[in-house]
Amino acid sequence: MYGQGIARGLLVTMKHIARSYMDDIRYAGRKYSGEGNFGTRQGMQATGSYTVQYPDEKVAVPERFRFIPFLIVEDHDHPERPGHDWCTSCGICAKVCPPQCIWIVRGRNPQTGRPVPEPDAFYIDIDICMNCGYCSEFCPFDAIKMDHDYELASYDRTSAHIFDKQKLSKEMSHWKRIAPTTALEEMQARGGWEHMDIIREKAKAERAAARARKSAPKQSS
Amino acid sequence: MAQTDLRALQDTEFPVPEELQANIAITSLDKIYNWSRRSSMWPLLFGLACCAIEMIGTAASRFDFSRFGFEVMRGSPRQSDLMIVSGTVTKKMIVPIVRLYNQMPEPKYVLAMGACASGGGPFKEGYNVVSGVDKYLPVDVYVPGCPPTPQALLYGMITLQKKIDGQSLANLDDVPWYGVGPSEPTPVPVLGPDIIDPRQMELIREQAQQAALEAPFGARELPAWVNPAEVAQETTVVEETQDGAEDGIDPATAARIRKREEAMARLAARRAAKGGQ
Amino acid sequence: MMDVVADKTQLDISASIELLRERWPDAISHDNRDGFSGIIVDPAQLDDVALAIRDELGFDYLSSVTGVDYLGIADHMEVVYHACRTSGGPALVFKAQTGRDDPRVPSLVSVWPGADFQEREAYDLYGIHFDGHPDLRRILLWDGFDGHPLRKDWQEAYFEEEHKPFDSRWPGGQVYRAEEKNVFGKNVRYPDDLDLGRLNDVSESDLYQGLGLGVDVQALDSDGLRTDRLVVNLGPHHPSTHGVFRMVVTLDGETIASLDPVMGYLHRNHEKIGERNSFLHNMPFTDRLDYISSMSNNLGYALAVEQLLSQGARYSPPTYRAECLRVLMVELTRIVNHLWSLGFLLNDLGAFFTPMLYANNEREKILDFFEATSGSRLMCNYMRFAGVYRDIPERIRSVANLVNDKVRDYNTMDYLTEMVNERLPRFLDEYDTLLTRNEILRERTVGVGVLLAEDAIALSTCGPLLRASGVPYDVRRADPYSIYPELDFNIPAGKNGDIYDRFLVRFQEMRESVRILKQILPRLEQSQGEAVVTKIGHTPRVPVGEAYGRVENPKGELGYYVVSEGDPKGPQNPWRYHVRAPSFINLTALGPMCVGHKVADVVTILGSIDIVLGETDR
Ligand code: SF4
Ligand code: SF4
Ligand code: SF4
Repeated sequence: MYGQGIARGLLVTMKHIARSYMDDIRYAGRKYSGEGNFGTRQGMQATGSYTVQYPDEKVAVPERFRFIPFLIVEDHDHPERPGHDWCTSCGICAKVCPPQCIWIVRGRNPQTGRPVPEPDAFYIDIDICMNCGYCSEFCPFDAIKMDHDYELASYDRTSAHIFDKQKLSKEMSHWKRIAPTTALEEMQARGGWEHMDIIREKAKAERAAARARKSAPKQSS
Repeated sequence: MAQTDLRALQDTEFPVPEELQANIAITSLDKIYNWSRRSSMWPLLFGLACCAIEMIGTAASRFDFSRFGFEVMRGSPRQSDLMIVSGTVTKKMIVPIVRLYNQMPEPKYVLAMGACASGGGPFKEGYNVVSGVDKYLPVDVYVPGCPPTPQALLYGMITLQKKIDGQSLANLDDVPWYGVGPSEPTPVPVLGPDIIDPRQMELIREQAQQAALEAPFGARELPAWVNPAEVAQETTVVEETQDGAEDGIDPATAARIRKREEAMARLAARRAAKGGQ
Repeated sequence: MMDVVADKTQLDISASIELLRERWPDAISHDNRDGFSGIIVDPAQLDDVALAIRDELGFDYLSSVTGVDYLGIADHMEVVYHACRTSGGPALVFKAQTGRDDPRVPSLVSVWPGADFQEREAYDLYGIHFDGHPDLRRILLWDGFDGHPLRKDWQEAYFEEEHKPFDSRWPGGQVYRAEEKNVFGKNVRYPDDLDLGRLNDVSESDLYQGLGLGVDVQALDSDGLRTDRLVVNLGPHHPSTHGVFRMVVTLDGETIASLDPVMGYLHRNHEKIGERNSFLHNMPFTDRLDYISSMSNNLGYALAVEQLLSQGARYSPPTYRAECLRVLMVELTRIVNHLWSLGFLLNDLGAFFTPMLYANNEREKILDFFEATSGSRLMCNYMRFAGVYRDIPERIRSVANLVNDKVRDYNTMDYLTEMVNERLPRFLDEYDTLLTRNEILRERTVGVGVLLAEDAIALSTCGPLLRASGVPYDVRRADPYSIYPELDFNIPAGKNGDIYDRFLVRFQEMRESVRILKQILPRLEQSQGEAVVTKIGHTPRVPVGEAYGRVENPKGELGYYVVSEGDPKGPQNPWRYHVRAPSFINLTALGPMCVGHKVADVVTILGSIDIVLGETDR
């Protein structure tokens, strides 16, 4: 019969309307407030989809989320080198960056003029950055990571949209907080929470010590 | 009428001209005007590129920007207050964009969504890409990201509302459309051999004359961008090693020339080798 | 030996080439360059050879046409053709070479009408003249544009260096904005002989001339009624053009007399930038082609480069798990794309936003998974050469970072299982009830925009558009890649080739995708723990040669033609990087499909092709 298809379709929309009220009852009182049911509302079990009440409730982004990169520095309470850059200014990120929006000035010792493993300056033009994540993926020192803060809108781009080193730098604890699993995996790959260079040096020193221990008894015998 | 000093009632955050400071009408009117403008911002239904997909995602039920009064997207510029430039602005497209902007009734706002609309984005170096819509239109809010997630866009929209909240009728820089006389439309660019901005005619003419005398057109090097923070700190500029510098050519260019020559030589050698086979 | 084979349309590629070489020993030679394949045809004989290839050898489907500029290597231009059989099998590659100064080759539009837009593109970007092309004018750029940008000696205003990475970034990276190095502060550069006195906008002169504007059309009317033909511009700003697409429609009353698509409003110079990028750099750029289905774009490009890489030493193909993950992502993408396109088709039909919203709800769920796996909702950048970015996470979990952040935590496999086994099938059934038998929908779509099977093949259309016309051609079956040969799925095809059939084909494809996903999930469980991250670093050594990787994107056959120069010490970037964009080539059929229909049907027909502008204009 003509019109049957339309009627069935309308029934579906009616069902959707009814369901939204049924959910009101199901989550009565805690629809937008209760703990834990945010995950349910935004998950597979929810019927339809729920509006995220944005400024009052934000969908926390997953760990691998990538937005603008940031540079890791040691925590301010690090015992040996607080606030020290992890970046060694090796330039890999500037090479792999597809739109070439990273500028690095390699650090130099002011006295000798020889390169030192930290950048003098580090810029990212976030009006070019395509949030691809290559810089963090290929950085051999785990020194650049993708930040999760997307609330960056501004009134003026000339001053606000070239991030310099100061603006890019964030503490290691920040990375541990926003991406605990990834940070842990990286730590295991590196062999410790320290910077790769320090771990290597320590390992070298240990090896040397072991060698010394090994050779010492020989001499005495 | 007795003069009462009503300064206490004013939003002191925002500049009010001296002679108007005791004027109660301005502040209350501001609030009403701002509230009405910010709460019924109708965006132009206008998607350019990838960012538009996220914009539609923001309009859909999960993020739903109509909660903030961005209610309906209008297909006609005549009915809209806000232009969300969502995506890469190309030279071919900037002409219709400026026309659309001119057709929008005032008050009107522009929100540059994404890296492309703000400053060219990943495609900035392309020959058909405009490096930021603000080269042609006044932009109120820039939302970085590629693409900005729906939440980032919502944040940008709220930022725009905050900007409106801070505007004052007393300050014609904020609200030029309440000034005297009709406002001037933005000149529409022309597609010639490349895009021509009518506002730059003088400069182009001057450059053309110069090019007739010198070579090559438009390739004059300008000083590089200086980070204001750096100037304040007066950091020492690192001296580049001078190896490979030839007279009159800076080392970077020399290196580039050398690299290119080497590549060409290798290609030629390989071609010769192949030819010999 | 040749004449033993009765049916020449079954010959494989090398036998076909031999046959052609016997016929035209002088005009055809093997392409003997390292890593290249196919034949080089003398342009003078190209017409005849092409006819033989189509009619005798049965290569009825012209997949791609593109130009290559070999400046500095061989000093000629080359036009590369890839022809396939709709019955399946790999592509036959043939090329025509011509000088750089006045490049000319005969047009093949008369043999394969689908070459129309592609030849225009080659003309636009390379300046290659196709003799005999009915309508050779610029397609992506505007008339009067200065130069042909893909020529190797053409440089844009913001040109910095031939190859990335640029020297100025490290170690002495003095930051600047490109506009600061340009006198005009903009991305512009004018020719030396710019004459501002004679400046008038000629950017559309060829277009309007082609429409016969200024011709006295009244004389054409035979019925004595004096009607004027009306030219209407739909777009580039139009709510139903799915982006910045423009159609110049000539109307006779309400009926469409002719339709001319105008594009290039989103021409982002993908190929020019791609030839400057390194091989890896291009991966995130492919996301931005068809920005609704970024995962599949990634896969096509990865396949093309893997073809090249596999010629070199020390290349190990992706692991089984990596292949499973690729198929998982690609099929989810197909669902995402079809949900989006059906929603918008309904939008165009006037069912404003409700079907779109319903579809988008499910889409968001899939995007959540993409975001948790690859890091971004849209621009996934997930595939790598010989692998993928990372394995799927154990849990889809978020961490509260900003004020008011609310967290979610799901087990990924549970999430996927629930989605594939319960949620998507349930939704598809519901959507089916909502739409498929709706009488209004059927009245608007049945018999509208009909494309016959032979036209569809001749016009090189692909994807659901081709299949709805009754040609079951799907690259996943015709030229299989990844693990598709071992998966069990059908290729839905229509009968009538109208909008309604396209709607049904897309719907059925989603169901088939769900079926594939159901087969993938157990494979993922089994291959748990296998490495998926590639060992190829960020600058792989890509051997010399050419490769054409093609995949069945949701929108149709997406092909990447990549030429590597392979200079062992030089920069590792593609010499030529061409995208065979399904949306672009499908639009060839738009004009013929629309003629004779009412103007209100134009947007529906366009909606049923399902274009995305990032890919059309590139
Ligand atoms: S790759 Fe890492 S260590 Fe090297 S310069 Fe970049 S951020 Fe620094
Ligand atoms: S995210 Fe990508 S585009 Fe952005 S800085 Fe890193 S490498 Fe460059
Ligand atoms: S900013 Fe990124 S996502 Fe947005 S239009 Fe540009 S390339 Fe596309």
